[in-house]
Amino acid sequence: MIYEYISVKVFCIITSRAGREERRSAVRVTRRVCNLYLTSLHEQRCRPLTSDSKHGSSMASNSSSSNAQHRLRIISGHLQKRPEDESTGITAQECKAETPKSTPSRLTPVPKRRQEIMKWNGWGYSDSRFFFNKIGQAEFTGKRYRLSGLILPSLKDWFEGTFGANLQHKSPATPTLNLSAVAPPNLNEPFIEELKAVGVAMSHDPEDRVFRAHGHCLHEIFALREGRIGRVPDMVVWPSCHKDVEKIVELACKHNTCLIPYGGGTSVSSALECPHEETRSIVSLDTSQMNRILWIDEKNLTAHVEAGIIGQDLERQLNESGYCTGHEPDSMEFSSLGGWVATRASGMKKNIYGNIEDLVVHIKMVTPRGVIEKSCLGPRMSTGPDIHHFILGSEGTLGVVTEVTMKIRPIPEYQKYGSVVFPNFQQGVACLREVARQRCAPASIRLMDNEQFQFGHALKPQVSSIFTSFLDGLKKFYITKFKGFDPHHLCVATLLFEGDRGKVLQHEKQVYDIAAKFGGLAAGEDNGQRGYMLTFVIAYLRDLGMDYYVIGESFETSVPWDRVLDLCRNVKERIVLECKERGVQFPPLSTCRVTQTYDAGACVYFYFAFNYRGLSDPVHVYEQVEHAAREEILANGGSLSHHHGVGKLRKEWMKESVSVVGLGMLKSVKEYIDPKNIFGNRNLL
Amino acid sequence: MERASADALEAEPDGFFDILEERRRDSDIKHALRTFNPQPYRGATPTSASALNRMVLESQYLSYIIQEIALESDEPHEVILEEASSILEEMGQNLQLGFIRLLGFIMSKVFKSLFRSIRVNQDGLTRLQQAIQEYPVILMPNHRSYVDFLVVSYIMFTYDLSIPVIAAGIPLMGMKLIGEIFRRSGAFFIRRAIGSDKLYWAVLSEYVRTIVRTGFAPVEFYVEGLRSRTLKSLTPKLGMMNMVLEPFFKGEVFDISLVPISISYDRVLENSLLAHELLGVPKPKETTGGLLKARTVLKEDYGCMHVYFGSPMSVRDLVKGKMNHKQYNLVPRDLPMKPNKETQEFVSGLAHMMVRLQEKNVVQSPWNLMAFIVLQNLQGIDFNQLTHRTLWLKRLALRFGAHLNWPKHISDSEVMSSSIMLHHSVVCCERGRVNLVEEAGPGPVSQEEAVFRRAAAVLMCASYRNQALHVFNRPAMVAITMTTAANNRTDDLFRRFNFLLELFSNEFVFIPGQVVQDFEEGCSLLQQSGIIGCSNKEVYVRDDSQETVAFLRAILQPLIESYQVVFRFLCEESSLIFREKNFLPSVRSFIMKLLISGEVHSYECLSSDVQKNVLSALLRMAAVTKTKVDEQNEFTVNKAAVKRIWDLLNGEMTPRISSDARL
Repeated sequence: MIYEYISVKVFCIITSRAGREERRSAVRVTRRVCNLYLTSLHEQRCRPLTSDSKHGSSMASNSSSSNAQHRLRIISGHLQKRPEDESTGITAQECKAETPKSTPSRLTPVPKRRQEIMKWNGWGYSDSRFFFNKIGQAEFTGKRYRLSGLILPSLKDWFEGTFGANLQHKSPATPTLNLSAVAPPNLNEPFIEELKAVGVAMSHDPEDRVFRAHGHCLHEIFALREGRIGRVPDMVVWPSCHKDVEKIVELACKHNTCLIPYGGGTSVSSALECPHEETRSIVSLDTSQMNRILWIDEKNLTAHVEAGIIGQDLERQLNESGYCTGHEPDSMEFSSLGGWVATRASGMKKNIYGNIEDLVVHIKMVTPRGVIEKSCLGPRMSTGPDIHHFILGSEGTLGVVTEVTMKIRPIPEYQKYGSVVFPNFQQGVACLREVARQRCAPASIRLMDNEQFQFGHALKPQVSSIFTSFLDGLKKFYITKFKGFDPHHLCVATLLFEGDRGKVLQHEKQVYDIAAKFGGLAAGEDNGQRGYMLTFVIAYLRDLGMDYYVIGESFETSVPWDRVLDLCRNVKERIVLECKERGVQFPPLSTCRVTQTYDAGACVYFYFAFNYRGLSDPVHVYEQVEHAAREEILANGGSLSHHHGVGKLRKEWMKESVSVVGLGMLKSVKEYIDPKNIFGNRNLL
Repeated sequence: MERASADALEAEPDGFFDILEERRRDSDIKHALRTFNPQPYRGATPTSASALNRMVLESQYLSYIIQEIALESDEPHEVILEEASSILEEMGQNLQLGFIRLLGFIMSKVFKSLFRSIRVNQDGLTRLQQAIQEYPVILMPNHRSYVDFLVVSYIMFTYDLSIPVIAAGIPLMGMKLIGEIFRRSGAFFIRRAIGSDKLYWAVLSEYVRTIVRTGFAPVEFYVEGLRSRTLKSLTPKLGMMNMVLEPFFKGEVFDISLVPISISYDRVLENSLLAHELLGVPKPKETTGGLLKARTVLKEDYGCMHVYFGSPMSVRDLVKGKMNHKQYNLVPRDLPMKPNKETQEFVSGLAHMMVRLQEKNVVQSPWNLMAFIVLQNLQGIDFNQLTHRTLWLKRLALRFGAHLNWPKHISDSEVMSSSIMLHHSVVCCERGRVNLVEEAGPGPVSQEEAVFRRAAAVLMCASYRNQALHVFNRPAMVAITMTTAANNRTDDLFRRFNFLLELFSNEFVFIPGQVVQDFEEGCSLLQQSGIIGCSNKEVYVRDDSQETVAFLRAILQPLIESYQVVFRFLCEESSLIFREKNFLPSVRSFIMKLLISGEVHSYECLSSDVQKNVLSALLRMAAVTKTKVDEQNEFTVNKAAVKRIWDLLNGEMTPRISSDARL
């Protein structure tokens, strides 16, 4: 027992003493110390993916670790040089209440002025965007992603063909934020005075406020592009630790101001919208500066992390120590740990690592009533209803999650992508169901429908060699002509395997064998990987569409297995029908994929986009169609949300989703914890 | 090879075209062998008939049911499954294009010899062609003649539309050879009176659902359940309707299109048979031999046949706001469950609506109107008078929204006389007077036989009137409710209307729960035609319209008299209890006596159809109760209650109104 303590302690001490440059070696030292107490097996598992892969020429192993590396590089690439300058509008001080044992590993914080590296009116980094060049070819700018700097020759045809869009018809966004459109802040002076005394960073700069007034719902981004600014927070505060948050919440209660927690800002449920009826001063509580890993416990494989850390930073920093959480939601580049907890997030690799509720061991949340947390780190308890479940999914209505202890795992030795082509979607779903029945799902398994398969193809970068294009042609010939797959029906499942090499290969065989029973043909790693890449760039693509009169969004649900096919078909058809009835000139893109498998059902994701030329109020049409689609989902036995949450967008269905009593239960918790509605974002209830 | 497509055809100005015309010009063999290449339902998965049967047998639903039955009956699973398999074998269609071609050939020949033309509305076919590609289609024709069967398939074959599978009664299957040809032309066979046979019901419903779910083919069935003997529309049956709709309720298909089809004949082949059947002469069994003997009918002229394909109705549109699909969300997909009240009401309303649409679209011939006049002048009527009255009725019918096919290029008196010629078996014109034709029989005629022959003639004529009865029934019922008083309070009228509607709900098709709309429809038709006037919650008959009102009342008079006489029978009968099988014979002989004695005037009282309807009305109104004794139905009569209803019908009392039906 004592050894275990030492291991943790040594690690902490070393990291705390280590300078930024020496950190990596410090980690190695730590590991060596730890390894004295751990089994030798650990060494193998911990082989960091950053070390050079010396695997042979076999395609599988080659792409596995190098791809994994590449992926990590993609995600972490942007973090290298980031100016840490403080702008004039911001006052910042170091947190005075730190955990004594550790020093912040603040290598690459998200800057307070996020708008300096991120778009103020679109998705992601300012330097990464799609555009059509002079000769009509799509390009992706920047250096961060696999697609960065590449030309996508077939995107234009797909884009014009699918949406009836035309590169001549542009709908450009307002280039810069018109500061005069932002209403002057309604400041609560006594609150500010006292907060200043405590020394919490704050700002009422219009750009900062506008940036935190929205998530990424279509209507939010559309309004920004048109330069329309609604109600925005009156000020932004940046606590740097749990104690800061306690102070802020205490003062907010004292001075009756409204607090809206803000993590990564990737909400797609109108959760960040300031309620119109709110008359108090609204303070956006930006958690981004609470981004340290406070400790790593290698004995119990847990890490204690501040909740403001964003996904990619958490993963990268843990990787440096040879660990990962394995929690990879599609938004992981930007979304934060606290946000995951507050919305019941789900990661792509949940089959191995679990969803957020499976990953958390301990949560600390500051509420108007005080701090809520459990007294120990026991892996499971029978102490009445799990209080974590009041916090998980509370969507910022009860308090701010400040610190989380979560499970970590050694970085897997081996990673391998894969893909399977099915003659049609029905067969694909049947295969996924069988995989779930046998409980042998890989880390990730996703099934795209035909439209999405074609979409994926449109994103193929320019082929460098004649040989590759010849091979592609041959593959296509084999699948469509020799195997008789109809290119307008076939669909593809993308796979990601993780673990030690032997087991991955064995697992892979098992899955491909099942797939074969449903007419599936293995279709290579490249297709698989491209499928996953799509997830990271799709949000950028929406911005491209919006430059050319195309708007769209995604939404999700979860549904029992026996209803998956019906739900997919009916919702897709409903979207087409509703668009037609509402005067949308060209048939919409209405496509779906099954993104997660469970024992009893699946998670289904829909993409929906259309050309809005000729519509006077496209956003309204969009919202009506999405509303109808949600009705259709519910009528077909789907849930209100699998992981996006309810926010304000889906509030109207909460009562029927959880019953009147259920809603009353949640309301009474809110009433007890926050009677003055300090956390007044009005989500959920 | 030339391809006939629905939109390439030349339609007559009224939108109909004659599908036989091309057959008369061109070879039938060529037609039978034409390239058949329909656009299928886009969501269909190509399935063979045997694969379909396998899907049914392997379905989760059937396995639930088999489990249940195994528990109840203690029989092993395999035996029950075997039984299910043989039910399926007996039931299943085996649609084969070759047989459609064969049938197409035969039918071309038969139709050409029977009919002058088969007129189909072109826009209907175009709409149908569209609908078939989009969603599973349910074809819902009315059923007036054996000829209905397969005529839809024939039309669809001719115009390159997917051949439907057709729900047929099992007697058809019993016909040697023909049964098999039908089966291979897409018919599947359903036993009558399935009742409590759980397994049969399960196999049938799963079979139908599977066809709809997979989009195997359009499904055709008769929502009225059987051939109408009176040629009136029948109250729809809900069994099949539930089955075809369930895949939609459960979200297994996005939508279902219901296509009402209205088939009408200038002259119905079975006219005389039907009249005799109503008088208690059993219908001949369906046999191939019988069919061959019936060849003689081929020599007759049956005029024209109209097939009107109505607009496809989207169930999704119709269900909006009426049903919550979520009832299905908390139980396994295939678990056998009874539809809830909401669903049952919706299905019933929808089925009634389909019958109403069939009625609305059905094409009327001049003869249908003439029958009204003839029946009100059984003593005979002057030809010119008949023409005059019919033209008057034509104007009224058109105002009431009848879908009338009145020949335009010939004079009215020619129209009249050619109708009389066509129906020479029902009426004849001698020396300028039009009389009913009574069957001539050998030997001396007893009093009863004379009545019987007269009744047969009346019923034959009545059946043509019945085809157009729906045009007049609502205004006529309003007319009945109006007393001789100068002014009638609207709410009094409504109260009486409501009573009549309840009493006659087996006679006419009313959409349940829409009595107010029915009443308003009746009133507004009368008002728009200038027959009645309304002022301040009161209704009065316009002076010049007393005659019209009298005519409208007279339309329903035979019906009212029939009800009265059955009431009288029940009240005068000494015993309070009678057996079902004794009911018709004794009521028939009772009425026969009264007809002979002249106490009862309407020969339509002898129709067994109306007699049965009276009994069901009394059952529904709880004046009669039914019990099962020794496998037989027994009825117990509450004479006081019958008497009360009788009085209400006679207008001697004012009905009290139930709380759920208020104006």
